[in-house]
Amino acid sequence: MMQKEDMGMRKAKGGLGVALMALSVSAWAVPERWQLNMTPGVTATSQDVFQLHMLILWICVAIGIVVFGAMFYAMIKFRKSKGAVPATWSHNTTAEIIWTVIPVLILLGMAWPATQTLVRMADTGDADMTVKITGYQWKWRYEYLGEDVKFMSSLSRAADEARQLGSGIDPNSVENYLLDVDRPLVVPTNTKIRFVITADDVIHAWWVPALGWKQDAIPGFINEAWTEIEEPGTYRGQCAELCGKDHGFMPIVVVAKPRAEFDAWLAEQKAANAPATDAVVQAPAPTKS
Amino acid sequence: MATYATTDHHEDHDHKPSGFFERWFMSTNHKDIGTLYLVFSLIMFFIGGAMALVIRAELFQPGLQLVEPDFFNSMTTVHALVMIFGAVMPAFVGLANWMIPMMVGAPDMALPRMNNWSFWIMPFAFALLLSTLFMEGGAPAGGWTLYPPLSIQGGNNVAFVIFAVHMMGISSIMGAINIIATILNMRAPGMDLLKMPVFVWTWLITAFLLIAVMPVLAGAVTMLLTDKFFGTSFFSAAGGGDPVMFQHIFWFFGHPEVYIMILPAFGIVSEIIPTFSRKPLFGYQAMVYATASIAFLSFIVWAHHMFTVGMPLGGQLFFMYATMLIAVPTGVKVFNWVATMWRGSMTFETPMLFAVGFVILFTIGGFSGLMLAIVPADFQYHDTYFVVAHFHYVLVTGAIFSIMAAVYYWLPKWTGRMYNETLGKWHFWLSTITVNILFFPQHFLGLAGMPRRIPDYNPAFADFNVISSVGGFAFGITQLLFAWIVIDCCLRKRGAKATSGVWESAKGLEWTLASPAPYHSFTTPPKIDDRMLAHGDVSH
Repeated sequence: MMQKEDMGMRKAKGGLGVALMALSVSAWAVPERWQLNMTPGVTATSQDVFQLHMLILWICVAIGIVVFGAMFYAMIKFRKSKGAVPATWSHNTTAEIIWTVIPVLILLGMAWPATQTLVRMADTGDADMTVKITGYQWKWRYEYLGEDVKFMSSLSRAADEARQLGSGIDPNSVENYLLDVDRPLVVPTNTKIRFVITADDVIHAWWVPALGWKQDAIPGFINEAWTEIEEPGTYRGQCAELCGKDHGFMPIVVVAKPRAEFDAWLAEQKAANAPATDAVVQAPAPTKS
Repeated sequence: MATYATTDHHEDHDHKPSGFFERWFMSTNHKDIGTLYLVFSLIMFFIGGAMALVIRAELFQPGLQLVEPDFFNSMTTVHALVMIFGAVMPAFVGLANWMIPMMVGAPDMALPRMNNWSFWIMPFAFALLLSTLFMEGGAPAGGWTLYPPLSIQGGNNVAFVIFAVHMMGISSIMGAINIIATILNMRAPGMDLLKMPVFVWTWLITAFLLIAVMPVLAGAVTMLLTDKFFGTSFFSAAGGGDPVMFQHIFWFFGHPEVYIMILPAFGIVSEIIPTFSRKPLFGYQAMVYATASIAFLSFIVWAHHMFTVGMPLGGQLFFMYATMLIAVPTGVKVFNWVATMWRGSMTFETPMLFAVGFVILFTIGGFSGLMLAIVPADFQYHDTYFVVAHFHYVLVTGAIFSIMAAVYYWLPKWTGRMYNETLGKWHFWLSTITVNILFFPQHFLGLAGMPRRIPDYNPAFADFNVISSVGGFAFGITQLLFAWIVIDCCLRKRGAKATSGVWESAKGLEWTLASPAPYHSFTTPPKIDDRMLAHGDVSH
């Protein structure tokens, strides 16, 4: 029920999805047609990352205009066909010092905000809750640590049928094709959530663009990351590390709900789990491809 | 100072071996071996390109239409291996073979028999690699980076790809030894190190990179081999190993490898731009030192390929700062090329067009590289089509454009005939337009959230994928024109006879030889005239 409302909200925003709007500030939860740019996302971190991305992009554009401008000016002006006589100089120490020092200063200007953002992203302390994410070939498992709630999350059935070679089903007819799962990860908004991320077979990577980062899931090792989602909504992503034949078919869906609704959802899950533990989907042994 | 014994051998040095087999299979001549390398590279370019077209055909629309996901993964994996080890690297070695002896005033390479051997390993290595396509279980499908545990889930193809990589490594190391020995020992008197053409300098540094890192790759893949077949656990956490360690070792090879594929390109462009600007190369010594700096930095930036593996903050900061530093010497190079053109007297024959295209498009790849260095932003870009766009800008419009520039530039020297200039210009413009249609939209796809190495995608990504695929097929077909121009020049010999100078303002020892260049380059050491060097006043 809640999910439906979230979808409605997403669609209202999706209606703006024309090419020019791709550069505007709006928090899209799914990719849009003709999308040109990264989205600012729905967390403070993702917005910092977006700002950083735009800062460096514009710096590169500015450098590009200067360098390519000089080059095209030279190519138009200093042509043999226009009677240009070649100069004979082959060095200029002042110029060389200038174009070594200025890039260093520009780089320092980039490194400073990048370092600040990175330090904030690395701080997984003071989290209110922890979710363990485990990657499998080719699905995800989510476990709410200390809550006795855990489940598998795999590609939605409709997409799984449509994506078979020669299925005859038009992917356009499947809503959120390859970006929808049977059971999404449900999390509360305005809560610092720590993720511990690992894998059971090969390396995967957990990535939801709206949250602003991806993190590898590595068998035998545990990685950490965190998020604090500001807006309720449904956010979609995919596995981002080649993990075998169905790498393209293990999407990630995060549903962010206001705290009270999340608590109600969690209680419901616990109640469902309590009598019959076998309702918990057990990890199947990974099969060889 | 070198004395040449002239009496213990026949005087008729220019006699080529008589039979076809003896000429092409047993050759120890640097030009013939250079030709073999270049022909091999061109064949591999089309094989790898055909695989790229399978990829682009499957990605033309959402849904799976043509191939199973496993075969798709084999295509991405083998395409990369073929293009890197089969097309780009042998092309540069071929150019080195042809040009280095002629540029330093030597009769041939220093170690001609080893030269033969290092080439003839390559066809066998690639026969091994490509044979996996016809095996039960298919070709390797775990990515060219061969990350475990995924890569060793493959069947027997694991052993084949690893032995193929071993052989390619041996070939590269021998080629590199030969190049270093030639440059350090065979220069004509007066050809001081700091008078060498920039192409020779970049290859000298590249050869040291090859010797440093190919054994590292060999070690990494050998550990994969024993993990797969002999029960070791170097990279298996369950046995006390570490899958991330493979990535560290691999990229300790892999990042210098990136510069192995671009430093000779810098050298080529540094030869071509002065020729067609009719002006000496700007900042020759700065170019040499910038190349050396880039080579040094290449050893301390490897982990920027793996920012998402969960490194400590300090590690991420170190690799970010070190990576950003590479922009400084690379910037110096770009500025120097522009300064070389400034107040020159330019004409735009095909080699110059490709060199200018290289500078602009490689710089665009450099910009996205700088963006990728910023760790928080990389958390978003990593393993998306943004990365695919980035490395194809530096490899296709970087390395491959420079190779094409070099072929057009030196082809008249090799064959004694001019190529068809009109077709060459068509080739340049068609390639430049289509390659941008092919790769520029991939930036948008990555930023919108499309991961790399997926055979199917959400329809939101469909529009730019269609554009990219159309560009891909157009670019692929355009390259048939390149093959035709080369064949037309080499075999049909329809073009005008080339003079020894070929280009109005070409400078350097290779242009003092006749066109086509004699079978043995400088049987007596040439006299070095400083004014005839491409970089002008060498005291600065």
